Amino acid sequence: MTDTNVSFVRHEQIPPSPPPPSQSGAIKWARENLFSNWINSVLTVLALYFIIRLVMGATPWFINGVWDADSIRECRDILTAAGKETGACFAVLVDRWDHLLFGFKYPQDAYWRPTLAFILLIAAAMPALFYMYVPRKFLLGTAAYPFLAYWLIWGGSLWVPIVVAAAIIATGLVFRLVESLNVSTRTLLAGAVGILAAIGLAYLLFLGAQELRFIAGSIGSEGLRIIPFLLFWAASIFTYVFFIPMGIFVGYAIYDDAERGGLVTVVTALLAIYVMLVYLLGPVSSGLNAVIPLELQAVPSRDMGGYMLSLILGTVCVSLSIPLGILLALGRQSNMPLIKGVCVVFIEFIRGVPLITLLFVANVMLAYFMPPQSNFDLILRVIIMITMFSSAYIAEVIRGGLAALPKGQYEAADSLGLNYTQATRLIILPQALKISIPGIVNVAVGLFKDTTLVSVISMFDIVGMIRGPIQQSTDWISIYWEVYLFAALVFFIVCYGISQYSQWLERQLATDHR
Amino acid sequence: MAEAAQMKVSDEVAITIQNMNKWYGTFHVLRDIDLTVYRGERIVICGPSGSGKSTLIRCINALEEHQAGSIEVDGTLLSSDLKNIDKIRSEVGMCFQHFNLFPHLTILENCTLAPIWVRKIPKKEAEETAMHFLEKVKIPDQAGKYPGQLSGGQQQRVAIARSLCMRPRIMLFDEPTSALDPEMIKEVLDTMIELAEEGMTMLCVTHEMGFARQVANRVIFMDAGQIVEQNEPEAFFNNPQSDRTKLFLSQILGH
Ligand SMILES: Nc1ncnc2c1ncn2[C@@H]1O[C@H](COP(=O)(O)OP(=O)(O)O)[C@@H](O)[C@H]1O
Ligand SMILES: [Mg+2]
Repeated sequence: MTDTNVSFVRHEQIPPSPPPPSQSGAIKWARENLFSNWINSVLTVLALYFIIRLVMGATPWFINGVWDADSIRECRDILTAAGKETGACFAVLVDRWDHLLFGFKYPQDAYWRPTLAFILLIAAAMPALFYMYVPRKFLLGTAAYPFLAYWLIWGGSLWVPIVVAAAIIATGLVFRLVESLNVSTRTLLAGAVGILAAIGLAYLLFLGAQELRFIAGSIGSEGLRIIPFLLFWAASIFTYVFFIPMGIFVGYAIYDDAERGGLVTVVTALLAIYVMLVYLLGPVSSGLNAVIPLELQAVPSRDMGGYMLSLILGTVCVSLSIPLGILLALGRQSNMPLIKGVCVVFIEFIRGVPLITLLFVANVMLAYFMPPQSNFDLILRVIIMITMFSSAYIAEVIRGGLAALPKGQYEAADSLGLNYTQATRLIILPQALKISIPGIVNVAVGLFKDTTLVSVISMFDIVGMIRGPIQQSTDWISIYWEVYLFAALVFFIVCYGISQYSQWLERQLATDHR
Repeated sequence: MAEAAQMKVSDEVAITIQNMNKWYGTFHVLRDIDLTVYRGERIVICGPSGSGKSTLIRCINALEEHQAGSIEVDGTLLSSDLKNIDKIRSEVGMCFQHFNLFPHLTILENCTLAPIWVRKIPKKEAEETAMHFLEKVKIPDQAGKYPGQLSGGQQQRVAIARSLCMRPRIMLFDEPTSALDPEMIKEVLDTMIELAEEGMTMLCVTHEMGFARQVANRVIFMDAGQIVEQNEPEAFFNNPQSDRTKLFLSQILGH
């Protein structure tokens, strides 16, 4: 029945041949992509129609744009005089250029300072963004940048940021020193630090309890007062009952951990920086300033505004929330219930609250909690809130990256004898962060645009400037498209840049050829 | 018997496991394990899937925690103390079924990472050592590539070289060839045989019975979390005592 011969032997290799020539050409492309079937064709024609309408409508508006006028009325007069039906009033951008960029209160003769800070920002970002091409020692410049930029933008004495930087370096040295102590010395130190931390924590909790009583006293109308009062008294008693045990517990934990060294080193370093910033910063920097004055005209935070403010908030919050997000994500994976619990509660709480509420809290509530005479900077408060907000999101993105790593990576690192810090830094994070890049960039871009929300708590970022001083001035009343298009453009440039960079970085890091 | 198996085994003890028990939750994975490994010994562990072979060797470098009994490696008692764990791990190398190379690092970086960070060896020296061991596993020319660019057999050989760079005194292998295509198994086994001939103390979980016959001086059969039978390879394969061993051997050798 079978004629076919199943036996087969190949005697000659088939030589490789080039692939068939790909058919190209504009017409072929259009036919395949735009007119492949009738639905597609109808959609193409409709889309073309709308695009043409849009372009035809917008082009004269742009072309007829008036760049030189002092007010919207003058601008309209110019257009009518020229017999143009429609036209943009770009003159507002020229007239209010400084305000759009720097806000309306930043001293004019100091505009060069934020401008210089911005140029230096680009230079300082290079070693971090293109770390594979720039020698590592340039990162020192990146590390020094925040202090220099703070001085340039806020002014005041250069000695303040210098002393803060010195305090941070000294803290690092303290950390190293404690780490290198032998076990018995470290145990002694841990005992001392434990007692100190116990007293400090108990005192802090005690202050917190006082605060609770103060709030209880100030809340509610006469009739309803009893409920918050009872609530807050319950909370206060709870705190009073627990502050001493909590202090003792933390103190003991520090002492108990002496041999491994983790807690002692961290807490000693924290104590060191606290002491330096609270007790040394003021006298030392003003003393140095008296000897060698290095002073720029000081500009208070409430005078910051315009796109400069958006950029300050965006840069600072992004660069703070990524490390914080990493710590939160790692903490959420921790075996230690306390650390894990704190991270979970923080992340879940922050994610469950709208950013705008946090900003209102920053604006109004934080002032309640601070002692009346303390002048807790508004920009700092907003930075804390936005950073907390976006770090919670970044933490979740990174947690996804961590979860995507095979367990074998942890095991291989462990079996080679790497400790937790080394394994995390050298093996786990590089891979987890690489997976998380698109998610992190997503959050970062969102965060940068969300900084415009500060305009609702009467800060004059670029949107705040437009909504307030520009649109409500008699000169430019009800100007709309021109200014918002400008704001959209400046945000688009930065966000598109970030997105392009992240895609480039992903390609650079693609090493698993799977 | 091949020459490797005749190499002298010293009476110096490398690993002592006494009365060791381990549970996963309520599941009793390892039951009353007693095992003494002498320096230079090459032990093959076999047994049906799920019998606890991986768990046993992972307890030796503390990738898993045991709940009862004691494990002593090179005279260091394994406890929950982190310091002992680090000390033991830096003396015990381990190769995994799925290689577990670090995909974001080149082959050379994979091999130098632990020596540089754990042993604090200067980078230059670590690189020389790494190249030495990469030559030994016969892939020095791949040093600049990433793991994803190598075949499975090559990756497993890199994994062996990576462990050797830490200069371990004991090597653990957990089914190093069972994720490989047949034609790559040989190259990995050859590397392991070479290692055995140099006198490395080895514990291998493997079902490569040819390898066991050629290299091992002891074969251990595990079932249901217990050591059921152990013997010299000849006796183990030709004259198994327990019924479970016989059944197992007939299943893997029978067809
Ligand atoms: N992390 C774990 N949690 C719970 N059970 C586990 C875990 N790891 C392994 N087991 C169980 O323990 C038993 C022994 O596993 P394993 O040592 O991997 O076996 P083998 O390597 O001999 O195939 C199996 O039944 C397995 O299901
Ligand atoms: Mg296994």
